[in-house]
Amino acid sequence: MNGDLSMNETMKNDIPAATLTTQITLRNFNFYYGKYHALKNINLDIYRTQVTAFIGPSGCGKSTLLRTMNRMYDLYPDQRAEGELRLDGMDILDKSVDINHLRARVGMVFQKPTPFPMSIYENIAFGVNLQERLSRSEMDERVEWALKKAALWGEVKDVLNKSGMSLSGGQQQRLCIARGIAVKPEVLLLDEPTSALDPISTMRIEELVSELKEEFTIVIVTHNMQQAARMSDYTAYMYLGELIEFGVTDQIFIKPQKKQTEDYITGRFG
Amino acid sequence: MMDIRRQRKLFNFFALFMSMMAVAFGLFWLFWILFSVFELGVSALGVDLFTKMTPPPGSEGGLLNAITGSLIQVGLATLIGTPFGVLAGIYLAEYGGHTWLGRSTLFINDILLSAPSIVIGLFVYSVYVAKVGHFSALAGVFALALLVIPVVIRTTENMLVLVPNSLREAVFALGTPKWKVITKVTLRASVAGIVTGILLAVARIAGETAPLLFTALSNQFWTLDLNKPMATLPVTIFKFAMSPFADWQRIAWAGVFLITLGVLILNILARVFFRQKHKN
Amino acid sequence: MADNTKSKRSSSLGELIFFNVTRLFAILTFLILISIIVSLVNGAMPSIHKFGLSFLWRSEWNPPMDEFGALVHIYGTLVTSLIALIIAVPVSFGIALFLTELSPVWLRRPLGVAIELLAGIPSIVYGMWGLLVFAPIFGNYIQPFLTNTVGHIPFIGRLFQGVSIGIGLLSAGVILSIMIIPFIASVMRDVFEVTPGILKESAYAVGATTWEVVWNVVLPYTKVGVIGGIMLGLGRALGETMAVTFVIGNSDQLDTSSLYAAGNSIASALANEFTEAVSPIHSAALIELGLILFLITFVVLVFSKLLLMRLNKQQGQRT
Repeated sequence: MNGDLSMNETMKNDIPAATLTTQITLRNFNFYYGKYHALKNINLDIYRTQVTAFIGPSGCGKSTLLRTMNRMYDLYPDQRAEGELRLDGMDILDKSVDINHLRARVGMVFQKPTPFPMSIYENIAFGVNLQERLSRSEMDERVEWALKKAALWGEVKDVLNKSGMSLSGGQQQRLCIARGIAVKPEVLLLDEPTSALDPISTMRIEELVSELKEEFTIVIVTHNMQQAARMSDYTAYMYLGELIEFGVTDQIFIKPQKKQTEDYITGRFG
Repeated sequence: MMDIRRQRKLFNFFALFMSMMAVAFGLFWLFWILFSVFELGVSALGVDLFTKMTPPPGSEGGLLNAITGSLIQVGLATLIGTPFGVLAGIYLAEYGGHTWLGRSTLFINDILLSAPSIVIGLFVYSVYVAKVGHFSALAGVFALALLVIPVVIRTTENMLVLVPNSLREAVFALGTPKWKVITKVTLRASVAGIVTGILLAVARIAGETAPLLFTALSNQFWTLDLNKPMATLPVTIFKFAMSPFADWQRIAWAGVFLITLGVLILNILARVFFRQKHKN
Repeated sequence: MADNTKSKRSSSLGELIFFNVTRLFAILTFLILISIIVSLVNGAMPSIHKFGLSFLWRSEWNPPMDEFGALVHIYGTLVTSLIALIIAVPVSFGIALFLTELSPVWLRRPLGVAIELLAGIPSIVYGMWGLLVFAPIFGNYIQPFLTNTVGHIPFIGRLFQGVSIGIGLLSAGVILSIMIIPFIASVMRDVFEVTPGILKESAYAVGATTWEVVWNVVLPYTKVGVIGGIMLGLGRALGETMAVTFVIGNSDQLDTSSLYAAGNSIASALANEFTEAVSPIHSAALIELGLILFLITFVVLVFSKLLLMRLNKQQGQRT
């Protein structure tokens, strides 16, 4: 479980940065909880089909930043965002954006597994039904596809009618990932997806993410630095609402440009 | 794709609109009722109300005997019901919560709590009124006390269970006997909640009519004798409002106004009291 | 809490007295329930002997002839409560939805308190208001409107025909619904509020609308608590005396399917007739009615308790 950087090194960065395209762009982005200035002037590019990790001490704003990308903050009247936040050029912050459609394009998985109070099958069909009208057999296929992608099919294919809440914690989290990708989003936001899981479940989720990045752009928040090092292609280090450093993961971990980043990564933080 | 999204949005919009209509519907009745009570009640208010007895039809009068009767019976019922409920609640929370007796009593208390109040009246009639042979204020007091007891047991038990065990342990550690721990510490720690429960119980019995119909009955005249039938506000309102006489209906509106005001004030008091105590 | 009582008890007389006094009152509570049941059964005995089980389905209620059957009253009790639930459940759901998902934050508390205060208004206020203010308007405007619209629907229409007098089963049901809305709405709000925020967020995160989140996720998650709240309201409605007695019409006849017809409920029959009952068998029949009412509310309570027990178990698994 320790960060085995050398093994992964060849796998990462095999695409030169020049050929990458940007999926999400933030420019002069600010965020407020009421009067509290939570994110300060963020400028950041998130690349297509890459894994980008946000790290930093708790309260640094990494989750807040993640939750702006599907406008989750909209649920809370005292939270607001300013600046520029674009998904493929579309202004996410624009009031006229169809928020339900945005969330279908940008899926999200939370800190704790959150199966809906319905069967495993329905958990996955629920989101799909919101966006498309599929026949029963098409839906069956889609459910199978999503569960296979989430590496859960083998374990649940005979109990699809059982409640999603009857699964173990790690299975529930993979169910949530399956639910997220069943609607075929472009981006998948993972908010500390393994913080409530045991080491073995955590490993499975990490493996899963490295497979999923073939098709999806993944943004992950984690407080576990080894996890960021293992999983991500790009890393953003945040501190007190500011983006301190952003770059290729190996670079950030081996040769950070900023002293603050280095202190945090080497554990000399504080 | 577009169609589904449109449809969902419209349906969402419709559902949320209906939800607001539901709120408007609920508030509509609240305001209508309060408005009627206020309008008709205030216009019938007067000094007579508090100085004169309930009149025979066609003449002037007030509600003095009914108000007094209500105060006496509600007051006595609370005095009987509160210690009864608090003591039983203490047993359930501190001693017998896990015993067979404790668990059954908790369940039975819930049955009493949900029993129709008219059945309680029927009960007091059969075991008391029928035996002594006449209606009396005392019987009304018993019926109301039987309504107070389960409420007080419930809140006492709830509030005591909320007291953290660490507090109890700290007092035990000083070598204090259990009954002193309960009376000096845990009971005091939960007094705000218990008082709130008592106030709510008082608010509830102040407006009860059904259990008094076969117990205290009513009395057109002034009396303080607990062995005689005694008027109360709710029963008087019932009698007067059902009558065809305009004078009586007017007095009934005044009574309804007084009772609504009283009960609302008690409810608000209970809330304010609970919140203030909990802030400290 | 209960374990270390033994040693302490022997060490102190005060403890001995205190423990036994509190236990005495717990036992007394127990005895109250038993004596309620015994005294009701005892009082109802003459009627139980005379009419047997057929009391439950005989529709004749004829005090001068000493012929009694509970059907009209059971019907009136159940029908008015059912009408009340049909109106109150969707309205309460809407109110709870508004309070938990839509309302601006500053409005939540005052609205919630208003609903709770509505629950505190004595039922006699509802009853008197229902008779003197509501019934005339209901009879003059709303009932004719219903007759002309819903009354024409094949089958259901039969329920909405007849003379519009403003009092009767339907009016009683409507007044009851106004009375129980606050109870059901506040329970629903409370259980909706305990739905984990993260669960709601994840439903929003797949692109669900507010309605879809509440209907497909919050409601299934809280269904047991919601049913418990409905049962609470039902219990209230079944046993309510004053709100019903004023407006139900107090008729012991049952010869039409119309909801406009005057009827009688168990509680209002007791309120109106008990002190005037002359013959012993009339009193006994009324007490038997009371016993039936007690048993009905008991069944409703047990049912809701069982549901809540299941809810607690489920929550235990979730944590």
